[in-house]
Amino acid sequence: MSSSSLAAPRATRRGDDTCVPATDTRSAQAVVRVTGLSKRYDDGFQALKDVDLEIRRGEIFALLGPNGAGKTTLISMICGLVNLGAGQVTVDGHDVVRDFRAARACIGLVPQELHTDAFETVWSTVSFSRGLFGKPPNPAHIERVLRDLTLWGKRNNRLLSLSGGMKRRVMIAKALAHEPSILFLDEPTAGVDVELRREMWELVRALRDNGVTIILTTHYIEEAEEMADRVGVINGGEIILVDEKTELMRKLGRKQLTLHLQEPLDTVPASLSAYSLELAGDGHELVYSYDAATDSTGIAELLTDLKAADIRFRDLHTEQSSLEDIFVSLVRESR
Amino acid sequence: MNWYAVRAIYRFEMARARRTLLQSVVSPVLTTCLYFVVFGAAIGSRITEVEGVSYGAFIVPGLIMLMLLTQSVSNASFAIFMPRFSGTVYEVLSAPISHYEIVLGYVGAAATKSVILGLIVLATANLFVPLEIQHPVWMMLFLILTACTFSLLGFIIGIWADNFEKLQFVPLLIITPLAFLGGTFYSINMLPPVWQTITLLNPVVYLISGFRWSFYGMADVNVALSLAMILLFLGGCLTLVWWIFKTGYRLKA
Repeated sequence: MSSSSLAAPRATRRGDDTCVPATDTRSAQAVVRVTGLSKRYDDGFQALKDVDLEIRRGEIFALLGPNGAGKTTLISMICGLVNLGAGQVTVDGHDVVRDFRAARACIGLVPQELHTDAFETVWSTVSFSRGLFGKPPNPAHIERVLRDLTLWGKRNNRLLSLSGGMKRRVMIAKALAHEPSILFLDEPTAGVDVELRREMWELVRALRDNGVTIILTTHYIEEAEEMADRVGVINGGEIILVDEKTELMRKLGRKQLTLHLQEPLDTVPASLSAYSLELAGDGHELVYSYDAATDSTGIAELLTDLKAADIRFRDLHTEQSSLEDIFVSLVRESR
Repeated sequence: MNWYAVRAIYRFEMARARRTLLQSVVSPVLTTCLYFVVFGAAIGSRITEVEGVSYGAFIVPGLIMLMLLTQSVSNASFAIFMPRFSGTVYEVLSAPISHYEIVLGYVGAAATKSVILGLIVLATANLFVPLEIQHPVWMMLFLILTACTFSLLGFIIGIWADNFEKLQFVPLLIITPLAFLGGTFYSINMLPPVWQTITLLNPVVYLISGFRWSFYGMADVNVALSLAMILLFLGGCLTLVWWIFKTGYRLKA
């Protein structure tokens, strides 16, 4: 998948169907601003509860949450697929209800499901998307997008003849056909193989490098860890936390030192009770949890005390908790 | 106005008709021709004239209207039902396009297809029977207004239907019987007085009558009433479509 010329936003023409930032100085930083957003469906299900969220221009924002947390509802409300309940959403300073044309012109959406017109060709369906978003025909741009997504060779193929991975690329091509400045990817790599997933990650990075703001929801925490600049965690319709990914991992991430003992222990000696120690591996491993962010990790003192207690070890290694560990912990705490 | 979007939807729908030429054009034209053969030639040979017009020529406006009503409803209902069914409607709903523009694209394409079909049937009928059109402008006006009105009705049905059975329900079980009983094959003056009164409750009577008037200058009901009925129906459909988009009925949660 080439990443040379992916759809950079080009606000070359001012008009209702062109993505032009509103003259709101606050929008310079927050390209999507969600304020007090709530949604209760007709069946009584409260999908969102008073959600506040800001997405910064040019970032990759990963929205994490378990099934039914409200991720897709939130995206759908921003994109106009679900009627707004209480609250307000602005995109590049444009209210998504009052100024829906300008707001939606900025957005490209790749939905979770593979919704395609089976009998259309790749070229016609991508060209259709461009027209639908109010842009004049531009075969050169469509060709560029198709080449970038390695779909050029399939441009005359009907969608029904494409593999699942190819259809996923077509969905992305359709979303990029009108040169959006904000791209929503709802579970973009669900059901795709590892190779294609890595290609998509490259694509997303290339888009970001071209100035496109990316908001992605994913079940693969590894994906967020790999790509996101900031991470938001949603559960039960509420945003639990939003933070820089690196900051989040620094603050909430835990490090563990595992010592492989020469002789197994039945219990942790009383002389070591001051340390956060656990026995594992039938007493052959002593696991010490510590906060890597503090000045003193306590490792040096622990090793001294172990020697004093005549506990010998033959090996040691350290591990840092992943974003997945942090995510699981946050979701558990919020229940 | 997002003309590019309207054009995109319109061209998409017209391309779909071209892809399915047999189903979209050949089938309705052939069916209507069979009506000419069966009713015009076989039965028409026993009925010489209806109010001074040969029976074969008399049924032409009614047959065109029958085809126009069913095709308008089918085309427009299928056009919006399929994106809902396949999920691709997400793209239309998330695009910077107003409700009017969506309707203009889908209904405009469905009405265009129906008018083209109507003209093809008219040309085909001319091969079977000698035709005269006394008021060609009115004929086109009735043709276009009826196509637009019933395409709007089809659009509403396509949004209301949540399965293929419902999609076929109105064209097959309501429109077709009403057209058959609305004077396609006879003048309502040929009916007993009681049935003449009852028939006036059938809205299709007014459409066929007005359309037939544009051909032969004769009508079962006043032509102004026919026009008023079409406009009334058009207004009703527009109001319903407006309500659908305002509430997001069956389109948005």
